[in-house]
Amino acid sequence: MAKGESVAGTDIPPGGFVQLLTPDGERVDSVTSADGTTYSVDFTDEEYRELYRDLVTVRRLDTEAVALQRQGELGIWASLLGQEAAQVGSGRALRPQDMAFPTYREHGVLYCRGIDPIMPFGLFRGVDQGGWDANEFKFNQYTIVIGSQTLHATGYAMGVTMDGKTGSTDGEAVIAYFGDGATSQGEVNEAFVWSGVFNSPIVFFCQNNQYAISEPLERQTRVPLYQRAGGYGFPGIRVDGNDVLATYAVTRAALDNARSGQGPTLIEAYTYRMGAHTSSDDPTRYRIASEVESWKAKDPISRLRAFLTKQKIAKKDFFTEVDDVANQKALDLRERVLAMPDPEPVALFDHVYPNGSPEIDAQRDAFTRYQASFEGSGH
Amino acid sequence: MITLGKALNHGLRRALEDDPKVVIMGEDVGKLGGVFRITDALQKDFGENRVIDTPLAEAGIVGTAVGLAIRGFRPVCEIQFDGFVFPAYNQIVAQVAKMHYRSKGKLRLPITIRIPYGGGIGAVEHHSESPEAYFAHTPGLKVVSCSNPADAYTMIQQAIASDDPVIFFEPKRRYWEKGEVDLDAPLESAFPLHSARVVRPGGDATLLAYGPMVRVALDAATAAAEDGRELEVIDVRSLSPIDYPVIFESVRRTGRAVVVHEAPGNVGLGAEIAARITEECFYSLEAPVLRVTGYDIPYPAARIEEEYLPDLDRVLDAVDRSFGW
Repeated sequence: MAKGESVAGTDIPPGGFVQLLTPDGERVDSVTSADGTTYSVDFTDEEYRELYRDLVTVRRLDTEAVALQRQGELGIWASLLGQEAAQVGSGRALRPQDMAFPTYREHGVLYCRGIDPIMPFGLFRGVDQGGWDANEFKFNQYTIVIGSQTLHATGYAMGVTMDGKTGSTDGEAVIAYFGDGATSQGEVNEAFVWSGVFNSPIVFFCQNNQYAISEPLERQTRVPLYQRAGGYGFPGIRVDGNDVLATYAVTRAALDNARSGQGPTLIEAYTYRMGAHTSSDDPTRYRIASEVESWKAKDPISRLRAFLTKQKIAKKDFFTEVDDVANQKALDLRERVLAMPDPEPVALFDHVYPNGSPEIDAQRDAFTRYQASFEGSGH
Repeated sequence: MITLGKALNHGLRRALEDDPKVVIMGEDVGKLGGVFRITDALQKDFGENRVIDTPLAEAGIVGTAVGLAIRGFRPVCEIQFDGFVFPAYNQIVAQVAKMHYRSKGKLRLPITIRIPYGGGIGAVEHHSESPEAYFAHTPGLKVVSCSNPADAYTMIQQAIASDDPVIFFEPKRRYWEKGEVDLDAPLESAFPLHSARVVRPGGDATLLAYGPMVRVALDAATAAAEDGRELEVIDVRSLSPIDYPVIFESVRRTGRAVVVHEAPGNVGLGAEIAARITEECFYSLEAPVLRVTGYDIPYPAARIEEEYLPDLDRVLDAVDRSFGW
């Protein structure tokens, strides 16, 4: 992309992308990419409806989280608004044995893994720092330092190979999530190098949402991000990240390539962060309203709804029912978030080391005595 | 009698034999056997999946070790030289150190990060540093340093077997020093990894050292004995956590303490040890705790590094000052 050239307001970025569902809800039968791969999906009506339900649900839960933050019930929230298709499409493309390494925004992927959506709320409410078992859910801890998780994913993928779990259709694959800003990190580029060299079963899934907090894509790259893959010796492909069908098709193909031993793929899911970077951000300082409006016209949910309606796959009753169920889930989530207890103060000292430490034990004891010294004093 | 370097090699070999999940990863650790030959012949015997020559990127070595550990492996990372660890610092401090805490104990990262450290080998810049305080300061990491072949053999195995992440500092200038090592000794009954050890008893003052400086402290104690002073020498061995009970017991008996390390003194291990001794042994002290350390300068050029490094004379000078208080 030439310097100063803006893609905002255009339907398709220079260089193109894989799209199976236009913003108007028109279904594209199949797309053949430059390397000859043909992408398509073959969903039943029920599967189409369930994808729609996923999109609506993750957006509704996200809306509730934003509200909870605004009401002071969460310290911060990283909204996925606008990126639902990228997350649901890739999340549903995962097979049960696949492992995901998220950033801190992959609430939609988490949902598609079948995980209780309340799981990351401890982190954002400040009652813990995540606290889940990556292996139990096949979904790693949220990682906040930008890009660090791509190396963890790469190491995990090396382990898959070392365990002999690639090379067949039921092999394991790994997906590493990151954003456009992360592509500037040295660690992400190291992850590309390592995955290429070791031919690891990994998919690098970059949600290019056009901004790294305030910095536009032009501050991170002089070439389209997916093209970087060539320099590392594996394929890169760009997909319309607001198209859940195309995202699913491209991610599923890349994961299946990985599990069968064909190595890594970089997917650039071209999308847009409709909301703020986090609840602490003010996007009106760095982007114009017309740009946001142009992306609103490419909304991932309304295009699927238009398709379902046109194809008579779903009627008004269905859409109402989906909204009602999503609302109920959001209210249930709210209640449970509000009921999350603060940790006991002495929990400060828990889990510093698997084997413990006499120094931590001594500090815990001193802290406990100090706390006890206030008992009965009215403090 | 084998060298400290060979003892580490034997220890790594035994760890690879004992646990199929142990993997060694680093730059040049395969065919070459490492620039110091610590991993000599291990790739030949255990294969390229167990002893992995990595791309030249330290953050990558540690970052991929995190992923391998999440999958159940027990990675042993070699950082080629002390001054090259900093590209991996983010992964070590922000990820390795915190994963267990962050996951409320659900994720363990049993990673050992070996770092040859310290000066005295006439090397160029970035090859002679002592960065242990950066890691000892970081909660979630355990930090140890061996000083002799027998400890090198057991401590590297204990570090690898530990579920805690361990930063393992190897005194590179002692790699070629020889000592008796019982290669058949069971690990279960070995001296604990995180215990300090009195390596020379004495009642007049306590010398505290670790890694390459233990030899210097022992030589100083030998020289002091000729002057009629019996110095107790403690090999601190574990830098996080520090085994304070052993140190306090000694200092309460001797009333004097001198801490020796190569790293700059400012905000170093010696400062922390001195503070803790002062807090716990105040009424036993006959003199302030003194420190003999590197100066607060970048590691100097090789031809003048002997002026920088604590040596026998500087240690004895500090002992004299302690007695002159």
